[in-house]
Amino acid sequence: MRRDPDVRGYFGEFGGRYVPETLVEPVEELERAYFDVRDDPAFAAELNRLLKHYVGRPTPVYEATRLAAEAGGARIFLKREDLTHTGAHKINNALGQALLAARMGKRRIVAETGAGQHGVASATACALLGLECHVYMGAEDMDRQALNVFRMRLLGADVHRVDAGSRTLKDAINEAMRDWVTNVVDTYYLLGSVLGPHPYPLMVREFQSVIGREARAQFRELTGGLPTAIVACVGGGSNAMGIFDAFIEDRDVRLIGVEAGGEQIIRGRHAARFAGGSAGVLQGTRTFILQDDDGNIELTHSISAGLDYAAVGPEHAWLRALGRAEYAHVSDAEALDAFQRLARLEGILPALESAHAIAYASRLARELGPSAALLVNLSGRGDKDVQSVEKALAQKDRS
Amino acid sequence: MSRLAGTFRRVKSEGRPGLVTYTTAGDPDLPRSGAILEALDRAGADVLEVGVPFSDPLADGPVIQRATERALAAGSSLRATLTLIGQVRPRIAAPIVVFSYANPLLRMGLDAFADEAARAGVDGVLALDLPIEEAGGFRDTLAARGVDTIFLLSPTTTDARIQKAAELGSGFLYGISRLGVTGARDRVASGAEALVRRIRAHTALPIALGFGISRPEHVAEVGAYADAAVVGSALVSVIADAGSSPDLIERVEQYVRWLRGAAEGRTQHAHA
Ligand SMILES: Cc1ncc(COP(=O)(O)O)c(C=O)c1O
Repeated sequence: MRRDPDVRGYFGEFGGRYVPETLVEPVEELERAYFDVRDDPAFAAELNRLLKHYVGRPTPVYEATRLAAEAGGARIFLKREDLTHTGAHKINNALGQALLAARMGKRRIVAETGAGQHGVASATACALLGLECHVYMGAEDMDRQALNVFRMRLLGADVHRVDAGSRTLKDAINEAMRDWVTNVVDTYYLLGSVLGPHPYPLMVREFQSVIGREARAQFRELTGGLPTAIVACVGGGSNAMGIFDAFIEDRDVRLIGVEAGGEQIIRGRHAARFAGGSAGVLQGTRTFILQDDDGNIELTHSISAGLDYAAVGPEHAWLRALGRAEYAHVSDAEALDAFQRLARLEGILPALESAHAIAYASRLARELGPSAALLVNLSGRGDKDVQSVEKALAQKDRS
Repeated sequence: MSRLAGTFRRVKSEGRPGLVTYTTAGDPDLPRSGAILEALDRAGADVLEVGVPFSDPLADGPVIQRATERALAAGSSLRATLTLIGQVRPRIAAPIVVFSYANPLLRMGLDAFADEAARAGVDGVLALDLPIEEAGGFRDTLAARGVDTIFLLSPTTTDARIQKAAELGSGFLYGISRLGVTGARDRVASGAEALVRRIRAHTALPIALGFGISRPEHVAEVGAYADAAVVGSALVSVIADAGSSPDLIERVEQYVRWLRGAAEGRTQHAHA
């Protein structure tokens, strides 16, 4: 099973390039430029230098023994993407693409952001490389991730508020694509997950695959073997693809993606595409989406802004169809509980996104028992979520 | 000959630029949207584009985004659009083109959509985010029912892809005058004529030019090199401004007659 999509950008029946006509040629230009740098040792050397000296890679794999003891079962290991510069895996991709944009001679960057982590990572990469940065963000997300809005502005980015639709990530992507189609001559669209038209799903996965490469070697060194299962949260799916990628050929290693179950799996109250969705086209790609009978996109909900999105990366839809990966979901309440447990038991505040993976891993650890070992991608740190969590806990106390 | 081909032939023989109008189905609501289509036809629009409202219109500017929201709130959808077209079709002479994002069409299923569109009397379909590379099966499915597939071409489109669109498309080709989303502008984009000439080199199909056209002078200017001008956002603004006022239909009709007024006087401009 070779892991590149076909020439039209399809992973099986998912992926492709569903863009307005004006973007077809720019997307092809991007594909050519990406394939050029993909095999260019000088590009890799520059990116690796930054990943090591600027981002702080490799990030450690840490065994969370107190979390595991409380869960009562399998060993639990955390891949610490929360320790990267800027605090989430998003920086791996943002730096890769910003370097590519600079090579293509595009000095103006547009990006979307949900949790704000991709926006912060993009603003950071642009500051570092001297590029102009515009970040689109849903109004609801600007409120619940206010800290990240301020960080982006301090880093010199323009943050544009998006009031349309559900006022979250999906609407930010619409607006970023409108900017791109208007300013396409000098503008690079720095997409933050394994979404959108080909080559984005492939390119973002490749920039994130450093996570799995490191983790596989680190895990072997720590335990002498491979994990029973990998667990990662899935918004668009970039941190999950990044850690899954190195383990795809290890058929005995279960790959588990965790979606946002929100309040409940009923229309509009969750973001679990594989639980409530079906195949369709959104924002450039054919994949699993949450839609109604007329093909309109349904509203989504999650306590976590980074998972609150109606589509999932096409490669995930393909891995699921092949039976190579499994997908589960975790509710807002379970994620909130995992957030607190990891803080109290391990002294780590996880991002609310990552807390979904922690919650599911704790559940699975109990199920699988002590002979198993789980590797969880701790995709980001939770500083940005402190206010949301405080609010959610206060609400819980009242009810 | 398809109704679209016949219309463009007649427009050409009359020596004037054609006028293509865009409205969103169900804006401000379904009954009035039907009355608007009839008014457009009466006022002399040559081709009626009917937009299917979609929750995420990423190629549209604010004016059509708002129209989409009004239409969705009024209960419009792809199905409702086709029903509406079926109802007004017998009273309208102009060809009708469905303008949609891909997902509603895919959700209904391409075969089911093509059947229903043909039954409703739809003459052509334009799917905004279904570029040539993804549209092969779609085009064949429509062609089998005698429905034209219309492709958009942009200043960024390469000659090789213009060639492909000319081979696969029928009815007419739609040139996008400028980079960006839909929306009315003060002037016609400077690269528009060059795009039309580039398309012309590959095809004998009629060419309609859209994006940013709002005034009779624009229609006349575009008519000097293209077969028709498309007016969308500006017309949708007339509908939005009229709101629930009782003279909505009258205002729409007046606006189109105003646009057509200049269309009639094309010959002067064409030879200028
Ligand atoms: C820490 C963190 N984890 C996960 C995600 C979800 O994105 P993805 O599924 O692409 O990893 C985000 C997105 O904002 C994030 O900030």
